[in-house]
Amino acid sequence: MKLNERSLASYATSGAPADRAGFLFQRAGRAAAYLRRWFVLRGNMLFYFEDAASREPAGVVILEGCTVELVEAAEEFAFAVRFAGARARAYELAAESQAALEGWVKALSRASFDYLRLVVRELERQLAAVRGPAPAPPARALPPAAPPPGPAPRENGRAAWSTAAPTAPGPAPPPPPPRRRASAPSAPAAFARLHESYGREVRALRSLWLRGRAQP
Amino acid sequence: MRYNEKELQALSRQPAELAAELGMRGPKKGSVVKRRLVKLVVNFLFYFRTDEAEPVGALLLEHCKVAQEEPSGFSISFVEDPERKYRFECHSEEQCQEWIGALRRASYEFMRRSLIFYRNEIQKVTGKDPLEQFGISEEARFQLSGLQA
Repeated sequence: MKLNERSLASYATSGAPADRAGFLFQRAGRAAAYLRRWFVLRGNMLFYFEDAASREPAGVVILEGCTVELVEAAEEFAFAVRFAGARARAYELAAESQAALEGWVKALSRASFDYLRLVVRELERQLAAVRGPAPAPPARALPPAAPPPGPAPRENGRAAWSTAAPTAPGPAPPPPPPRRRASAPSAPAAFARLHESYGREVRALRSLWLRGRAQP
Repeated sequence: MRYNEKELQALSRQPAELAAELGMRGPKKGSVVKRRLVKLVVNFLFYFRTDEAEPVGALLLEHCKVAQEEPSGFSISFVEDPERKYRFECHSEEQCQEWIGALRRASYEFMRRSLIFYRNEIQKVTGKDPLEQFGISEEARFQLSGLQA
């Protein structure tokens, strides 16, 4: 698959501060040693460089549809970024301290576009709820409340978010076809569920880690 | 640059924000228009040959400019090389506007600015930080300083 790698590299090294940056150890293969690399998290992209002075990333991990887990390993402060699916790959990483481990795990597990979109939808809803009918934000500022209702896209992809509830007074979008309605819960309920499940996962991992730490 | 291609392919099969068959022309001089199935998923624009399941390619939509091109098309170019344009042809002005709007809202950076905007607005009305209940109010990426004037 072609990818606009030059733009990707430029995005990686752009002037704005990264969401998170630091050294991590990366395991090259199952039995391989860990190599120390400079990692930069920007948006839903985790770039890695041979070293902090490199001008171009050696690679990037696209962080959609992944989970981040602590791992039991000989290496201290080890964690993994895992993807779903058969023969799915996992990026095995290790931080340099407990604080760094916790910071990276938190940052990476919330880095996906999907997660951010859920938060934004939820805030959109909250703002509409506290404001009531209100003038739209000035044109200079940000997004219109919801994409205009339009014909559903053709082909194999469903538009997962095109039937979001209207967040501003105005004509309601046409009711979604029954198939979509059955599979798309309202945004705030979906977000609450997602947040709860992240919370459960984090609590479980934390107690695992605490237990492991208690052993001599 | 290495990247997790399998996961990118899996992403291309996810539900799309917008998808349509469009005419597409690559950035190289003298490139011809080809029919492509174009699909917007998160901040990636995938393009497929119309009869294939795997995408020919993907564009990461960060630091890019989406411009209208007469008569009913648009182009995508990137900050580091603004003359290098990927061009798309729509069947109507309406479809064109729909795509331009969707693509401009598709970046992570746009999403982040939206979040900061809504957070600030809610705080102005309620006096409370709506991110606190989600435990993410301290994250550097959501601070007001991230908003450009």
